[in-house]
Amino acid sequence: MTIRIAFKLFASLSDYLPDGHRGNRLELEVDEGTTVAEMIRRYNVPERSAHLVLVNGHFVPPSERARKRLAEGDELAIWPPIAGG
Amino acid sequence: MGWNRKVLRVNLTAGTCTEEALNMQWADEYLGSRGLATKYLVSEIDPRVDPLSPDNKMIMATGPLTGTMASTGGRYTVVTKGPLTGAIACSNSGGFFGAEMKFAGWDMVIFEGKSAKPVWLYIENDKAELRDASGLWGRSCWETEEKIKEQLQDPLVRISSIGVSGENQVLYSCIVNDLHRAAGRSGVGAVMGSKNLKAVAIRGTKGVSGIKDFGAFLKATNDAKKVLADNAVTGQGLPKYGTQVLMNVINEIGALPTRNHRDVQFEDASKISAEAMHEKRASDGKTHLVTNAACFGCTIACGRISEIDKTHFTVKNSPKYWGASGGLEYEAAWALGAANGVGDLEALQYANLICNEQGMDPISFGATVGAAMELYELGILTDEKIGMAAPFGSAEALAKMVEMTALGEGFGKELGLGSKRLCEKYGRPELSMSVKGQEFPAYDSRGIQGMGLAYATSNRGACHLRGYTVASEVLGIPVKTDPLTTEGKPELVKAFQDATAVFDSAGICVFTSFAWTLADVQPQVAAACEGDWSMEKLNEVGERIWNMERMFNNAAGFTAKDDNLPPRLTQEPAKTGPAKGLVNGLAKMLPEYYQVRGWTPGGEPTAETRARLGL
Repeated sequence: MTIRIAFKLFASLSDYLPDGHRGNRLELEVDEGTTVAEMIRRYNVPERSAHLVLVNGHFVPPSERARKRLAEGDELAIWPPIAGG
Repeated sequence: MGWNRKVLRVNLTAGTCTEEALNMQWADEYLGSRGLATKYLVSEIDPRVDPLSPDNKMIMATGPLTGTMASTGGRYTVVTKGPLTGAIACSNSGGFFGAEMKFAGWDMVIFEGKSAKPVWLYIENDKAELRDASGLWGRSCWETEEKIKEQLQDPLVRISSIGVSGENQVLYSCIVNDLHRAAGRSGVGAVMGSKNLKAVAIRGTKGVSGIKDFGAFLKATNDAKKVLADNAVTGQGLPKYGTQVLMNVINEIGALPTRNHRDVQFEDASKISAEAMHEKRASDGKTHLVTNAACFGCTIACGRISEIDKTHFTVKNSPKYWGASGGLEYEAAWALGAANGVGDLEALQYANLICNEQGMDPISFGATVGAAMELYELGILTDEKIGMAAPFGSAEALAKMVEMTALGEGFGKELGLGSKRLCEKYGRPELSMSVKGQEFPAYDSRGIQGMGLAYATSNRGACHLRGYTVASEVLGIPVKTDPLTTEGKPELVKAFQDATAVFDSAGICVFTSFAWTLADVQPQVAAACEGDWSMEKLNEVGERIWNMERMFNNAAGFTAKDDNLPPRLTQEPAKTGPAKGLVNGLAKMLPEYYQVRGWTPGGEPTAETRARLGL
């Protein structure tokens, strides 16, 4: 079984997006049960650069990323350490 | 010693410039810049004074680290009673003007009274004189800077000036220095205009002397610069993407105020983001962003320098806007864009250029346009009244309105009063997205709860730079907290407010706080300034400054009921995103905040708090 999710990488992480993305967003089919940590590894996003990890806008702390399973329609968005004002 | 120990007092009524010794006891209690200038102001004016009357004063002040080799040590502050709010106004700017004031040998300049005719102040080291500005009145900030440099035959003179909007006393006009840096908020430019003061030009060649322990200062500033360089935010993120990198983040978490806070997510956020500024345009194959830029002494360099699309409808017939210039920063891009539902990056940059050219705060201007567009969509404002159709999302209306407001034409005169007065005039005061009359910046407090409290209690009206809990609630700096809860936020807000007062008063940029804590600032201040500058003392100074500002506002007539948010944020739940269904929990946070602050339930510092802080 596969599910459809949106994978979004921003700022300097956009270089890690595979071909086919529109802007910073790519829709993907992944196996059911895929975790946030697996997505980070699969697309070679350096772990220390995966600073702000959001699923549907909610922060997923580092300690929960290996357990957090993605669901159909989820939006996974990742930023390196950034700030503004 | 950090300070030059010298104040210039300019009496515009009498036309005199007088040197005074800096009050060193106050310097020991309030550090410099924001804190010290506010101490002078509150000691010299009646809190109930009309901000635009000659009895109000305006102070331009540096901090002890301004002009030194401390990273970001280029900041200066303009302190006055603000016309937009009637509260304390304290606007901070980078660029090179502040450092030049220090090099000329002054810590601050106090302006009082009102000149009978337009003047500008020229400072060349110890010499200060008022000069006739009749040839400058009616000119933009950009023209003023060029004319003064030409007149002095000195390309290195540093200038702060007001544009036509400051002359017209647009209530959110700012004071622009170095073409695109500004003391931006609360209408400090209108106060300058009310005094018939067009510009201040400074040439200082003395450098900075009198650092208390130069060896220790060299080590402290180098150590602190290494912290900035090694930090992923200040060393990499901000220089490459600027503050604008927040556009997609804040949209994703559902806290991007959109269409006058009707919505919390903007469908075109990605089109006006930092990432978009790096993309090549279809029209000319160039990126919007040209380079980043740094203010005096800054090792972060977050500033954006962009080139507008020459074929865009806003500038195709105006070559003067075609060159590289400042912007877009996050706040301006949000206020001119998402706040009005406008997703046209080039139109936002055009509006931003006009704000820089004529000296207007793009946050308050943009948010006022948002209020006008809502009044238009409700049928309260008409095509006839505004002079055009002005629905949400209209780049054409935004471009026209910025021109009208900057030059004081037609409906622009009403826009120049800010959203509070505009919405009151048309019978819908609740549609002004403001606190104490000042418009919100770019964070919706339904999605970032702590910011609701930070806005409600900010001493200069709604503002993100008095207590930026976004750092913790969203970005995880220094630790991540949950943006959707109110728990722990009163303590968090107080901690940010007090620490920020120290950064501001030292003369450094608050953006260093993405990497530095007060523990990084303390060795720099302690090595530069005579006296004991321990961590305990810095914490106390920050709290003292906050309470002093509060007491001024209380004396000016503000009470606990003014620590409030518009009903849209406390009664209308967010429609989408993580905060869907939530309103801001201000009512829960505010009493606890007063308690944490040592204030009465009516929002006034208790006698015990005042005694503890020496107020």
